[in-house]
Amino acid sequence: MSKDIKIKKGLDIKLVGEAEKSVEQAIISNFCTIRPEDFHGVIPKLVAKEGASLKAGEVIFYDKSNEAVQFVSPVSGTVIEVLRGPKRRIDAVKIQADKEQSYKDYGKFNMNSDAETTKAHLLASGCWPFIKQRPYDVIANPEKSPKAIFISGYATAPLAADLDFVLQGKEAQLQAAISALAKLTEGQVHVSVGSNNSPLANMSDATIHKVSGPHPAGNVGTHINKIDPVNKGEVVWTVSAQDLVIIGELLLTGKFNAERIVALAGSSVKKPRYFKTKIGSEVATMVYDNGVDKDGNDRIISGNVLSGKQLKPDGSLGYYDNLISVIPEGDDYEFFGWNKPVFNKISTSRALTFSWLNPKKKYDLNTNTNGEHRAFVTTGTYEQVFPLDIYPMQILKACMYEDLDEMEALGMYEVAPEDFALTEFVCVSKQPHQDIIRKGLDLMLKEIG
Amino acid sequence: MGLKSNLHNLKEKYKGKKMAPAFNALHTFLYLPNETTHNGTHIKVADDLKRTMNTVIMALVPCLIFGMFNAGYQHYLALGEIEASSGFLGSTFWTWDNLVVGLWQVLPLVIVSYGVGLAVEFLFAVIKGHEVEEGYLVTGMLVPLIVPVDIPLWMLAVAVVFGVVIGKEVFGGTGMNILNPALTIRAFLFFAYPTWMSGDKVWVHGAVERDQMIAAGENLDAISGETILGAYAQNNSVAYDYWDMFWGIIPGSVGETSKFLIIIGALFLIFTKIGSWRIIVSTLIGALVMGLIFNGVVDMGWIGDSSKFYGLMSVPFWQHLIIGSILFGAVYMATDPVTASQTNKGKWIYGFLIGFISIMIRVFNPAYPEGVFLAILLMNVFAPTIDHYVVQGNVKRRMKRLKVKTA
Repeated sequence: MSKDIKIKKGLDIKLVGEAEKSVEQAIISNFCTIRPEDFHGVIPKLVAKEGASLKAGEVIFYDKSNEAVQFVSPVSGTVIEVLRGPKRRIDAVKIQADKEQSYKDYGKFNMNSDAETTKAHLLASGCWPFIKQRPYDVIANPEKSPKAIFISGYATAPLAADLDFVLQGKEAQLQAAISALAKLTEGQVHVSVGSNNSPLANMSDATIHKVSGPHPAGNVGTHINKIDPVNKGEVVWTVSAQDLVIIGELLLTGKFNAERIVALAGSSVKKPRYFKTKIGSEVATMVYDNGVDKDGNDRIISGNVLSGKQLKPDGSLGYYDNLISVIPEGDDYEFFGWNKPVFNKISTSRALTFSWLNPKKKYDLNTNTNGEHRAFVTTGTYEQVFPLDIYPMQILKACMYEDLDEMEALGMYEVAPEDFALTEFVCVSKQPHQDIIRKGLDLMLKEIG
Repeated sequence: MGLKSNLHNLKEKYKGKKMAPAFNALHTFLYLPNETTHNGTHIKVADDLKRTMNTVIMALVPCLIFGMFNAGYQHYLALGEIEASSGFLGSTFWTWDNLVVGLWQVLPLVIVSYGVGLAVEFLFAVIKGHEVEEGYLVTGMLVPLIVPVDIPLWMLAVAVVFGVVIGKEVFGGTGMNILNPALTIRAFLFFAYPTWMSGDKVWVHGAVERDQMIAAGENLDAISGETILGAYAQNNSVAYDYWDMFWGIIPGSVGETSKFLIIIGALFLIFTKIGSWRIIVSTLIGALVMGLIFNGVVDMGWIGDSSKFYGLMSVPFWQHLIIGSILFGAVYMATDPVTASQTNKGKWIYGFLIGFISIMIRVFNPAYPEGVFLAILLMNVFAPTIDHYVVQGNVKRRMKRLKVKTA
């Protein structure tokens, strides 16, 4: 049954530098880097050693604790370097791309296959890592069947890539992926869209929900909570809409085509726009060409400004990201910054902060914390931007004092770190909410499993 | 530029040293720090704890200024040197003479409160190696406003040390305390030095001194500085009309007399979203309900005018809001986010009970006819319990969902 989701609690953070709706072909970057840290909790076991040459779609490594989960190369090329950290932990696998791309052929998939065959096919072809699960916000455990699968076709995060735009013309792939996924759950595939114009709005084998409201209306965590919350012992899967395209193309053509349309946005970008590129590509070619000042003091983020990951200039696009945000660093002092009236920053209070006067204004925010880290003091501020039926401050505190029973009782199975991005943004005490939740989830995963 | 880079160099020099928190406290007072985000959100809202606390202080400043004028006004009025002021803008109220008395009497209270309190805070920060936290900025301003104007400074200093150490630091500092530190300080004064904290001699500057002179045999008239509550408690007639009470030209603790300015402060706090309107409104509702119950008791004739409670019980319920310190307590004390209930539902219950119990204590405590600070401290203790049951509601809903599924 389709259900309209309307949320009131939340906050749209309007920033300068939204990407213009035109797609450029990114200068093909020669290097592609896969970082195991993108896959939380995965301990990689390397298959492709240094010097090995791979086709796109061939296995680089698999998960040590679950060998069926394989990670494949987005490009064809040669493994030139395996970067290792302490205890020989694999930090990154760097691949130099061939001039001429070749793909491993997984064969056209028979869409009438049963669930087991579908699952095996997705696992073998390296599409499995696109499927994540809750609880714990990690790659789905293929042995557990989910009670539902959630897909968000509506992005509300600041500067987010417009999914209606980037998914245009991909209906066939999306449909194939959704039909295949629908076999893997006894429940439904829930797809949430922002409007009827969404390429996802007319999918079959799925329940379509219309969502509206401020961010985090588009977060899949919000949809789960409003449609079918996770209870103890249950599992739901989530897949990002763009990754459906990759899954769909693999099913239809047999090729693992890691191509993705990525937005380059943010106030430090001269000409914010969309690029066609591949997972793991070096961002430097995109960011500096007609984009960001090379000597500028900017922060490059793979993902959105709320929960993305900071990149070094030689970094690469994260496995799940479709957005590169670039904003100015804020490593400067501000004279009497704590008490003078503020017009150029966002605030949810009105304590001599004036963003409430002009709700449509777009802001140019930098990375300054605007204050020091403190204990939790103010109350009621998180609830204003937190639409889930969960007490945010109480669950954060439960994570901090590591009380597993309380974490469970307060709804820890339902949340992912990104659900706490807005509460972290508005936090007067500058507490690292997402980090606290991530550590809490890791603890539960370790202790309860 | 010069100051900024010099301070930055000093900060680098002090980094990791024992005195770093003390230096940082002064540094961050001048400059918003250059800290940037690392993991998690890359951008943050403009508000920090300093700004939040500063907003409360701004809401308190009118009360402080009014309190200074009122200190002088009550003094000269009691001496018979000036005519009673007619209304808020009366010609005998906003005078230079009144302000001088106020400055002379009230400023030292402010200085001692901040000086001693911040010294303790700095000391603890340096010993424990955490940053100096902003909580005391508000406490330090509240304390002079809730004590009688003639309180000896050394008593105040002792009480502040007690309040900050026992009320806050032993729990781990700002954000961890159970009891409102300002009220802990007041409670300490009240129980340790009751003669300076209640009665009809302490509310007007010079009254105690005058009493001592009379006792020494000088031929002078005594000053009576009886408060309205004191008069009601003695079943005496009250010498002030409602407008005097509303404007605040009555004896009382330094900053709590002007209901008019407190309401303005409340509106400011609610508008800036710093103070919880839920707590303020529910406290007032609680007070009105208790007042109505007492009025009902009197109307039913269950209590005669010979009863010692008759005076306070028969006060029309709405007047409870403009006499005593219920309004000040509701707006500035009950709303302290650390010691109040933290859930929105809990705030309603918490506030209601504060108002309810305040008036109950006010009426049934003939020795000291005011109960707001006791009621708030009591509810501070119960706030976590209230929250616990509110949160359990959410937990039960979750459990029920699971049961429906598995059944």
